[in-house]
Amino acid sequence: MSLDLKYTYTEKKDTRSGFGDGFLEAGRRNPNVVGLCADLIGSLKMGDFQKEFPDRFFQTGIAEANMIGLAAGMALGGKIPFAGTFANFATGRVYDQIRQSVAYSDKNVKICASHAGLTLGEDGATHQILEDLGMMKMLPHMTVINPCDYNQTKAATLAIAEHEGPVYLRFGRPSWPIFTPANQKFEIGKAWKMIDGKDLTLFATGHLVWEAVVAEAMLREEGIHAEVINIHTIKPLDTEAILESVQKTGCAVSAEEHQLHGGLGDSIAQTLIRHYPAPLEYVGVNDSFGESGTPTQLLEKYGLNAENIVKAAKRALARK
Amino acid sequence: MKKLSLPELQKICSQLRRDVLRMVHAVQSGHPGAPLGCAEFFVALYFDQLHHNPDFQMNGKGEDLFFLSNGHLSAGWYSVLARSGYFPVAELKTFRKLNSRLQGHPATHEHLPGIRIASGSLGQGLSVALGAAQAKKIDQDKSLVYVLMGDGELQEGQVWEAAMYAAHYGMDHVIATVDYNGQQIDGPTEKVMDLKNLKAKWEAFGWEVIETKEGNDLASVIAGLEKAKSLTGKGKPILNLLYTEMGYGVDFMVGTHKWHGSPPNDEQLALALGQLEETLGDY
Repeated sequence: MSLDLKYTYTEKKDTRSGFGDGFLEAGRRNPNVVGLCADLIGSLKMGDFQKEFPDRFFQTGIAEANMIGLAAGMALGGKIPFAGTFANFATGRVYDQIRQSVAYSDKNVKICASHAGLTLGEDGATHQILEDLGMMKMLPHMTVINPCDYNQTKAATLAIAEHEGPVYLRFGRPSWPIFTPANQKFEIGKAWKMIDGKDLTLFATGHLVWEAVVAEAMLREEGIHAEVINIHTIKPLDTEAILESVQKTGCAVSAEEHQLHGGLGDSIAQTLIRHYPAPLEYVGVNDSFGESGTPTQLLEKYGLNAENIVKAAKRALARK
Repeated sequence: MKKLSLPELQKICSQLRRDVLRMVHAVQSGHPGAPLGCAEFFVALYFDQLHHNPDFQMNGKGEDLFFLSNGHLSAGWYSVLARSGYFPVAELKTFRKLNSRLQGHPATHEHLPGIRIASGSLGQGLSVALGAAQAKKIDQDKSLVYVLMGDGELQEGQVWEAAMYAAHYGMDHVIATVDYNGQQIDGPTEKVMDLKNLKAKWEAFGWEVIETKEGNDLASVIAGLEKAKSLTGKGKPILNLLYTEMGYGVDFMVGTHKWHGSPPNDEQLALALGQLEETLGDY
């Protein structure tokens, strides 16, 4: 079956490489940009920055709590620290350090979290954090960003370097379609309507934006016209764009590589309940940990792929 | 800044203790014990040692910085900041009250001059101080970074992560002081969780360690900080083990953990203030 996709790709790449390339570019643009990493420089793709700016890069060893505190201290001294590690160690392990020294103290720290979600793959549930967006969006002052592909991650990385305030930037490990334009402008907090539709809205974030693009084509084959909105910024949420779309389509699906509790779907539900109650179905992990497997296998088993978005869309449409 | 004489500094210590007791008494909450024990340290640091600018700049470029990691000593820190000109002394009366800049534990979101980071959840201040010190290094700013930690606080693992980092990167413009009073909320540190040989521990982590045995004797505290300063720039971070007595300055509060987090009642306050001369005028 060949789908008529509204967005296509010729190349796949990991979003972490988008971060690494954006980080290097941010470092070239602004001498105040500095880096820290807790023994995962290769995995985070921070090596090129380290090579080019050795005096502005700090290996912290396997000591994430200290890394967050260091970053807060550098920020108050006028630097723009990018602190990188796996999403699991960048959030749950150091929640209190982020809460007190970064968020409450309103420090200009960029928490750069790779290997988020199920698509980390074979390492299994110890490393597959599915709660990070929830933890981070609960923190006052925190901006939470989850881009969808290499190009958007690179653009987001450049954008957060220019944004004053604490940011959580989430990206991942797997090779993933590059379907958004190179050198795109990234506007923090501004949702991107990628495909116009009239029957329902698919709100997706991170890797699942691609799955939503595929789902849109599958639905269109059945005569259903879905709108696809790329929610790269979980917080602040673009509630205006969400309401405008659902007021037109009348129902929606949220799709994320995250727990349903505390994820993007929760934020959208809050918005709809307050302002425009409408059927909303969720695609995400339903109160469970992940396990070892390939990214594709895991997305299928946990119901996070295009086929499951299509099923959720039909449930939402039936409730209209 | 003109150097103050020892008797002049003593007067500030007495006033700081009065401030602390009156602040915690007024709201019937807070932590009087440790700031009473650290009065000499606070006064020595702010009125004798620090090259600092009470016209507060968050980034602290070109000046010495101080971080209070054991944030529950806030009453003492607020007093010394106010008394050295960071904000009006009268503001001390807002301590721990609604809409105050003087939060129960230090915070930055109300922009209280002198505070650069929130503290209270223990174990984080050394890391922050090292980050600020690293920023100074990048900027080739030779000024010093000071931090105070509690001894009980050293039970937090993050402190030792930071200790390792400081030695690895040769952060020799950092002077960390440990308020070595041997007390924590639940009792003496040796009973709660024995710290054993702290000097040997810090030395093993690669720090230059000095001991200030008379942490409630102003001249000794100043001498200790002078010695610490003389050891900067030699490749190692400096740790100052400051032997203090919790509750020092009030006979019925000294040497016990009972006043760690308990305020005096009216009668106890009167008794305590009777032992502390009002030297600069109560707020």
